[in-house]
Formats: sequence, structure tokens, C-alpha cells
Amino acid sequence: MCRFATQNRVEELENGSSHTLRSTFPDTTTGEQLMATAQVMPHQTDPVTFWQSSNGKKVVMAVTGAMMFAFICGHMLGNLQMYEAPEHINAYGHFLHNLGELLWIERGVFLLAIALHILAAVQLALRSQVARPIGYSRSQMINSTYASRTMYWSGPIVLAFIIFHLLQFTAGYIHPHAQFVAGDVYNNVVSGFQVWWVSAWYIFAICLLGLHLSHGLWSMFQSVGLAHPRLSPLLRKAAVAIATLIVLGYISIPISVLLGFIK
Amino acid sequence: MTLDARIPSGPIQEAWDKACFDMKLVNPSNKRKHNIIVVGSGLAGGSAAASLGELGYNVKCFCFQDTPRRAHSIAAQGGINAAKNYANDSDSIFRLFYDTIKGGDFRAREGNVYRLAQNSNKIIDQCIAQGVPFAREYSGSLSNRTFGGAQVSRTFYARGQTGQQLLLGAYQALERQIHAGSVTMIPRTEMQDLIVVDGQARGIVARNLLTGEFSVHIADAVILASGGYANVYYLTTNAKGSNATAIWRAYKRGALFANPCFTQIHPTCIPVSGEYQSKLTLMSESLRNDGRIWVPKKKGDKRPPNEIPEDERDYYLERRYPSFGNLVPRDVASRNAKALCDEGYGVGKSGLGVYLDFSESIARLGEKTIRERYGNLFDMYQRITDENPYKVPMRIYPAIHYVMGGLWVDYQLQSTIPGLFVLGEANFSDHGANRLGASALMQGLSDGYFIIPNTVGNYLATNKFPKVDESNPAVQEALTSVKTKIEKLLSIKGKRTVDSFHRELGKILWDYCGMARTAQGLELAIGKIRALREEYWRNVTVAGSSNDLNESLEKASRVADYFELAELLCIDARDRNESCGGHFREEYQTADGEAQRDDEHYSYVAAWGYKGPDAAPELTKEPLEFHYVHPSQRSYK
Amino acid sequence: MKLTLKIWRQKSSNEKGAFVSYPMDNVDPEMSMLECLDVLNETLILSGEIPVAFEHDCREGICGSCGFVINGVAHGPERGTTACQLTMRHFKDGDEVTIEPWRAEAFPLIKDLVVNRRALDHIIEAGGYISVSTGQAPGGNDILVGKESAEESMDAAACIGCGACVAACPNASAALFTGAKITHLGTLPQGEPERERRALSMVAQMNAEAFGNCTSIGECTGACPKEIPLDVIANMNRDYICASFKRREELPTPVAPAVQRA
Repeated sequence: MCRFATQNRVEELENGSSHTLRSTFPDTTTGEQLMATAQVMPHQTDPVTFWQSSNGKKVVMAVTGAMMFAFICGHMLGNLQMYEAPEHINAYGHFLHNLGELLWIERGVFLLAIALHILAAVQLALRSQVARPIGYSRSQMINSTYASRTMYWSGPIVLAFIIFHLLQFTAGYIHPHAQFVAGDVYNNVVSGFQVWWVSAWYIFAICLLGLHLSHGLWSMFQSVGLAHPRLSPLLRKAAVAIATLIVLGYISIPISVLLGFIK
Repeated sequence: MTLDARIPSGPIQEAWDKACFDMKLVNPSNKRKHNIIVVGSGLAGGSAAASLGELGYNVKCFCFQDTPRRAHSIAAQGGINAAKNYANDSDSIFRLFYDTIKGGDFRAREGNVYRLAQNSNKIIDQCIAQGVPFAREYSGSLSNRTFGGAQVSRTFYARGQTGQQLLLGAYQALERQIHAGSVTMIPRTEMQDLIVVDGQARGIVARNLLTGEFSVHIADAVILASGGYANVYYLTTNAKGSNATAIWRAYKRGALFANPCFTQIHPTCIPVSGEYQSKLTLMSESLRNDGRIWVPKKKGDKRPPNEIPEDERDYYLERRYPSFGNLVPRDVASRNAKALCDEGYGVGKSGLGVYLDFSESIARLGEKTIRERYGNLFDMYQRITDENPYKVPMRIYPAIHYVMGGLWVDYQLQSTIPGLFVLGEANFSDHGANRLGASALMQGLSDGYFIIPNTVGNYLATNKFPKVDESNPAVQEALTSVKTKIEKLLSIKGKRTVDSFHRELGKILWDYCGMARTAQGLELAIGKIRALREEYWRNVTVAGSSNDLNESLEKASRVADYFELAELLCIDARDRNESCGGHFREEYQTADGEAQRDDEHYSYVAAWGYKGPDAAPELTKEPLEFHYVHPSQRSYK
Repeated sequence: MKLTLKIWRQKSSNEKGAFVSYPMDNVDPEMSMLECLDVLNETLILSGEIPVAFEHDCREGICGSCGFVINGVAHGPERGTTACQLTMRHFKDGDEVTIEPWRAEAFPLIKDLVVNRRALDHIIEAGGYISVSTGQAPGGNDILVGKESAEESMDAAACIGCGACVAACPNASAALFTGAKITHLGTLPQGEPERERRALSMVAQMNAEAFGNCTSIGECTGACPKEIPLDVIANMNRDYICASFKRREELPTPVAPAVQRA
């Protein structure tokens, strides 16, 4: 943990402790410490300090968030092949499964990204909780979006969804009311989404993901220090637009399945 | 008693350099052995504490607020003067000196004012180096504007927040020294008394405002930079906490109080709106650069301003002072506004207000330019009055704003008590009977950054400091006296609140010792003040106890001092049988109503000495000599 | 106008606090919020009660002393306005006005509405300055500063240190305050040499204090009486990131925080 510079300080006064500041000046013979400039601490490895700072954690969240966003985009493009012949998406799934080590490297990288994203989020959330032990009796927000205030909710729910989603469509452990057929992506999707609550859960989670993205996509720039008086407002709008597109892209599939456009 | 101002002989241009050269120096390795107390953390105190810390002295800085950054210097809006002559309009150090002496109606010391003008340029450089974001031209060079009472463009500014930015510069320099350990900052602590041992100022007694504990702080020199005493008037533009306790206790310990009656009224404040009003809000007088001041030609004209046609408006400043127009000095602008309102030309609900109209400049320069220059002031006006000054003329009225008087100091800024130095508004030195706009910031910083670091060193190098500890009788006496006072205030348990007394005291002063004074009125005022003071010590009620945060008690202690100060203020005003600057005695005016000075009899600094609780104060005169600027009747026509 | 002021009363940090309702019969719409409290306090004093402690000084929106949360909003409903300049005309006859202190671990409560904001001073102390001693300055026009830079710097320098950003932030983060000073000084050429070191020191101190972290929510800038833009936080992050990836002989040590983190 941090060590702090030792100086002649008067904080006690404000913290209401019984310390009396009745002394005259510190004895000049030992006045050496007063003249010394701030003490320095031994050189630390920068990545450690960086990670320890809340700003550093936010950078980690931004970078890992950006990686996951890239995945989300790629995944959506893959999914949209559902609108083509079943062979297309099945071939695509086959292709992905046969990447071999590459697949495991990719999975490893994303797992690490998710882990770091979650770890940083949890640590920061705990920090914030400690920072306001007593809340307001009345609290009115005047300058923020719903999305930005609910990141700590939308995130975990999306995580729960991802786990469910992997169990359903990747591993096939949970596939209610139908038989999971390894390799037959198209039919797994159709049979999966024909169950109304699976679709509803999917749509709900994707909407939360969109909410999460609509703030995260903009906030990540802020965290890595990219802001511009004119571009930043545009970026905020762009984040919402992109998040909306992603939501629409994803949820169109269960909706199409439910409506019978995809059979 | 004779007062020696210790002004160096020889040409005024070389006086300060000569004084610096003549000063004895403290060996660098000995500096840290000297303890210095600074009371106040505004422009003067903050800059002094930081600069002394940089030099290596052991400094303790006190402020009553929670952090040094809150000092009331922060509220100065318009700007700071400097004789840089960037505008190429014939400005010079000599002209700034000349303007300040003349603006002060020839009641300031030439030597001090010249030094102030010299330092003005260094202040700008210093503040820029600290990161003060002064307004700039597109070329990147510094931008200047004109300011009330000057015909040259020499005012540097940072929007309407110049005081804030300069104070933050000093505050940051101070924080840097706090970090370095050379300055110990003691916030939320108020000086209650001065400790004088064998004629030397050797420390202070302070009260912790959170716990009520008293503490004794011993040092080799004490610097007071606690600001002015304008709040004696209750309704002023000063911060609520600004008070005179530090300088008043120093006065009672033997420091002379100079020119207490020189108070300044600021012409551009937002008029009073009701009885509950706790303070007045000032708007920078830079507004007068582009605003035109007028009243209706007809008495009691209650039409909305926009319905009063051009030929029924009286632009009285432009009419009476064609060469300065709306830019006449503050005292002149204020007095004219009051006179017209007294005659019944005033506007607004109360009839105590005149219009400050921007329609002409908005038409000429466009709303955008006006917004750039005064946007924050316009916003503030609208927030308070709910009127849009871009559409409707502002209403303004004068208010007490600044005091030129203060503790008497010599050229080295030392008071009549050796080792007690007084800086900024707390001293009386540089503005004579009237201060020009944008000069207060200049004086505070000149005193703190450039004068005191030299003169304190000289004092420390030429004096001996026997060891003083808490058992010293002088220390014990001071400690007992402040404790007694606090206990007394709490024990009265009367029927009236501190504020109600303060409001009444302020009303007496404003009525009889405000913008216009008469011998008769002052006599009356002195009687009323004494009676009110007597009632105060009998009938005030103070809530709470003395051992936690208790604003009621803080105020009670300050107001107790105000009664005594108010009396001295009136005595000085009564004694000065002339009109000069902010001191306008109705008996002494020219045929057309301008201030009539009496140089033959009153060309002196009136320094008052405390002689005991019920004894009359003793007047000592420091004659003023003018070798460079010949006193003349001020004329802004 | 009639109002009910529901005010948080707490004798000291060691004692329990609670809301107390005070009906006010004669509230003038022209009054400021603080004047309204003055009037209340006068009546409390006369009836032998302890007046409400609240901090105030300049009462013209620049000193940064005043501030409390009014009806759930720091400094009250009017944007860009401190509590001292908030006039009562923003409330309706019969309203109940809830007034509570800044709530943050880093701002321990002292009494009623008064909190200790020393943590903000610590952040400045850590490096919120340009290290120039008196007398070292070059000429005023020796270093030119573009008008845009000066204006941008001034936008950030307008911060009054009231702490509303911390109070309004759902995370109780001091990022806007810290970012404002880093932007103020970092935008000027005079502040350039120390820019990265400053960011490192100030951020280190900010993190040492009991503040939360920034999640770019934006409530801070909404509550800020000087409407300091959120961009300053990005500037802080940028300077901090750049500084973190350079080799440094030494890192500045934070001073002991105002409140030790639990």
C-alpha cells in the first residue's frame, strides 16, 4: 500500500480529534524535516502503479471493452448469415471450430479480457461504494443517461447471459425443448429461439448489452484520454447509434424466428 | 509621538533599490531558524507566506476559512493594473504612480505609491509564470482594457474573475510550500490577539473555530494580511466572514490605526431588495467601459426603462464630466448616483438605483462581443434579479466595498509595533483617500511577493529574539483576555441576535458616515454607536457553546470589535474637516458639488492610538510631502 | 411564500444525525437560499435553539465555501449556480425543500451541513501548481499563449473548489476537480514542463484520498456551478497515461489522506 510523506500537518484539527495545536513552532534544531521537499518513494514498476490507480483500471476497462466490442461486431456479422441458406452459417461455424490452436488463443485472449474487465469493474465498484457510505435521502440526476448509471447492473446481467448463451449454443448443455445438434448451427438457432422465453431472455440481455455499449463506447475514449470539444458530443451520439444498430442486428434473429421468417 | 515612515532619501525612482541594498540580510542557513506568522491567506497573505516559505523561513499561515483558497481576494472581478504600456498609449511607471496619487486625492505617500507602480510589472510576469490565464489577443500577447478612473489601457484581466485567478496562483504557490514543508497551513483558526513582549510583536493567540480551543503561537515576526474592515457597515460587498478582529486587536496592543474614515463606495452594485438582505453583490466596474449610466429626467418616472425615450434620459455622468464620462473614479460616480436618488430620480421599486444601459454598445459591437467581455457578470445579474440585462438596462446602486484606511505602516510595511507587519487592505498605505479600480490586487501582491520578503529579512537580521514561552506573563495576559471576552459574550443571554445589532450599527454608519458626512451627523452617530454598544454588552444573545463550530459566537466576537472600530471611524471622519476621495463632508464642497480638499490643514495621515477602553484615542499626524506630483483639485470634467 | 425546509441536523461526526422540518412562513422570492437559512437561524437563536451550521463566505458564487444538496441536486435546481446565488423564486409556494450536506467518505461531516474538504487541498498540494518561485518569472509577453489556449485554460481554471462535483457524482469521484486543475495548467505553455509529473502526482493523491472513481457519468459537470466540461477528465487521463509509460527516477509520494480509506 501507499506510504505517505511525513510532514508537519494539521489535519487533526479538522477531524475533530483531541490533538491540541498549542505548540510553538517545531524546534528549529530538528527543523530539518520541514525544509526537506516531499519524500520520494523507491522506483516502482510502472504497470503495478498504473493498475493500482483507478485511472489505470479504467484504461484496462476501456481497452478490454474495445476488444469485446470488436468481438461483438464480428459475432453479429457471423450471426446475420442466418438470413442466408443454412449451409452458409454451418460452414462458417465449421470453419471457426477448425481453427485449432488459433481458436484457443482467441478464446484465451477474450477470457482474459473479460476477466480483467470484470476484475477492474468489481474493484472500482467497491471503491465507489466505500466512497459514499451514506447516501442522499433524495437524489435527482440532472445530467446523466440511464445507461451510464446502470453499468454496474447491465454488466453482470450481460455476463450471466453470456454464460447461458455459451452453455446453450456453444456447449449445448442447455437447449430446452429441442435436441442440440453439434455442427448444425442453423437448426440449433432456430430450435433454440422458437422457445419464447429463450428469445425473450436473449432480447432482454441484448438490449442491456446495447445500453452498456451506448455508454461504454463513448466512455472508453474518455478513459484513455481522448476528448475533443467538438468531436466528443458527436462521439456520444455515435455510441448510441452504433449500440442501437448492434441491438437491432442481434435481436432481429430471434424475432425473425418467432415470426417465422427464419424456419 | 512622531512617526518615521523610513522613506529612503534621494530620487524616488531609485528609492526602493536603495532601500533593498541598505537592508541587512539573513544568512540562508539561518532562515529556517526564524519563525514567521502570517494571518490571512488572500492575495497579500498567501503570496507573502509562499514567498517567505520559498526563501526558507519557517512560516505558519492562518485563515478562518476551511482552505486558504477561499480568501475574499477571490471575488475581485475586473483586473489588475500594470504599467507595461503594451497598448502604446503613453503609459509608464510614472503615469501609474501619478494616477494613483491623484486618484487617491493626494492623501497617499509618494514613496510607497511609486514602488507599487514599479512592482506592478513584476507582478504580471510572476502571475503569468504561475499559470494565471490572463486574456490574450489572437497573436498570443496579453490583452488590456481600460478601467474606471484611467485614460490608458493598462488593466490585465482574466474574464471577470481576475481576483480568483490571481488568488489561485498565490494559493497554488502556497500549497507548493506546504508540500515542501516550509509553510504550515492552519485553517479554520482565527487570530484573537497579538502577543507583544518587551515592545516586540512575538506571536498570536488563536482560536480553533471547530473545537473552540485557544492556542498560542510564538514567532519572531507577525504579518497581518487579514483584509479590510468594510463589514463594519454590515451591508457591503465583502464576504460575510471578512472581519477586523486581527487588526483591531493589534490596534489595542499599540499599533496605530491610520485614516479609518477613508472608505470606498463602489458604484456598480446590485440594489438592495429587502430587509433580509445579507450582503450586496458587486459587479465589476469594467461594466462602465461599455455601459452608459442614466436616470429619467423626470422625478419619480416609473415607466419601464425601454419606454423612456432617449431625450427624456439624463446621462448625468457624460453631461457633467465630458472628458471622463462614465469612467470617472468610483467616489465621483457613487456620489452622483446617491445625490440623484436622494433627489427622487432613482429607479426601481425602492427608488435606490440608476440605470446602467448596454443597448448602445450592443447595437455598436454586437451582443456577442458584449457577452465575451461581461458574460459572467450579466449572468450573475440575471440570476439575482431575474432580469435580462441584454434587453433591459441593469439597475445599480453604490455600496461599501473597500477601505483605504488600516493599520499605519512605514515604508517597510512595519506597524508602530516592531515585528508587526501589515499587508494588503489591512494596512493604509497606498491608496490615499480613494482607490482606483484594479489597484487592490496590485497592492496585495506587491506587498506579499516583492516587499515583505525583503523587509522582514531586514527586521530579523537587525533584531534579537529572546526566548518566549507560554508561561510569559504577556502570553498569559493575552490568553486570559480573549477567554474572558468569549465567556462574557456567551453569558449575556439577552434578547437580540448579533445580526440585528450588526444591521443597526451598519445602518447608523451608512446614514451618517457613508457617502456624505457632516460634523453634526457624525456627532450623532458617535452617540448612537456608544448607546448601541452598551446595549450589546447587556442584551445580545449568542446561541450554543464555545467548544464546537459556532458561527453565532464567531460573529458576536467580531461585532464586538466593530462597535469600537465604528466609533473610531466616526471620530476620524469628524476630525477631518475637508472632503477628499471617499471621505465627503457636506460642509466642504465646491460650488458645483465636488470634494473640496484642504491641503493646508489636512495634508497628513491621521494615525490614531489606543488609550484605553473609555479614553479618547490619540491622534498622531504623519505629514505628507509631495515632491513629484503637485496637489491639485481633482477634475474629471 | 410558505416553504418547509427539511434540513439535516447533526451535532458532530460522532453523533447521529436526522432531518428536522422547519416551516417558513414569509419567504421572499428574491431571497437567496442562504438568506433564507439566515432568517431561519435568527428565529432559532431567539427561541434558544442551536442555529443550522452551514458554510458560506462571499455569497456571490466565487469563494466555493457554500454548498449542500437541495432536493437531491448539489447546489439546487438552477444550473451553473451556487447555493448562495440560488434565489427562492425557483421554488413554489408550499414546497418542501430537502437540504442535506455533501455526502462522501472523503468529506467527513463536521456539523449539520458543514463538511471537511481538505482532501481537495491535498490534491492541489500534490502538484497543482507551476513550480516557479517569486522572482523567477520571464517577461509577460516573452512566452506567447494563443487565445484559444488561454480560453480553454480559463474554462478549467474557473473551478471554485466547492466539491459539488464529488457530491453529485454517484461514485463520489473527484475526477472533475483534479482534471480541471490539470487542464488549467497543462493547456498553458508555462505549465508544459511539469505536465506529466503533475498528472502523476495529482492522480496519485486523488487515488490516495477516499474518493471514488470516474465512470464518465457526467453528473459532476451538471452540478458544477462553473459548468466545467467533462473533457478535463479526459485530459487528466491522457496526461496520466502518457506519464505512466515513461521511465521515471522517482514518483511523488502522496501525503496522508484527509480520511484513511477503510
